[in-house]
Amino acid sequence: MLNVLAETATGEMLEGLKAIGAGLGYGLAAIGPGIGIGTVVGNAISSMARQPESAGMVRTTMFLGIAFTEALALIGFVVFILLMP
Amino acid sequence: MSAAAASLDAPEVAIARDLVRRSLLVAPVFLLVGVVLDGVGGIVSSGLALALVSFNFFLGAKIISRALAISLNTLYGAVLFGYLIRLGLMAVAVLIVRNADWFATVPFAITLLITHLGLLIWETKHVSASLAFPGLMPNKPSTDNFQE
Repeated sequence: MLNVLAETATGEMLEGLKAIGAGLGYGLAAIGPGIGIGTVVGNAISSMARQPESAGMVRTTMFLGIAFTEALALIGFVVFILLMP
Repeated sequence: MSAAAASLDAPEVAIARDLVRRSLLVAPVFLLVGVVLDGVGGIVSSGLALALVSFNFFLGAKIISRALAISLNTLYGAVLFGYLIRLGLMAVAVLIVRNADWFATVPFAITLLITHLGLLIWETKHVSASLAFPGLMPNKPSTDNFQE
């Protein structure tokens, strides 16, 4: 089917397909980090509720964890930029 | 302590400030890469990527510190919606400049990815050295008063 589409697609259709692919890619790439950030923050909240005295270290680790997880979304973002017509 | 003062002393804000400071240190390298790859447009694109990474870190830290001043429940919602808002802001920023003549995709993409991950690894190393292993902390204070 992709071959048929590729043969029959005009320039505009290809541009449109690229834009749809870029948007879908970015959206899909954001799902995983969203779940990851939820896990990180959920566990950090749990830790802070159990041991408020360790909140400083937990917050530090949580922030770095969130930022690392976001790197996955940034990779999707870069693919989005590269694919956008 | 006021919310603003608490936000200023928050560990995540201190880390974000440290990350921004380190991004300024590595900025010349990426600007050089930008000029090699795409001339003046490459410099501006690399600069934009550096600014976006720094802004992203700082906004994330501010959102967390503000939310923690309210409650733990607010933190959960603020971080998740903050993530969406920050991704959206970055997408809007790039979509605005994407069709400009000076915008160079490759230097922008390289700078964005490498800076984000590189700065985080650098900062994690620093934090690990100062939190988990206090003896390895950089700029260790004098041990003149150490008593056995």
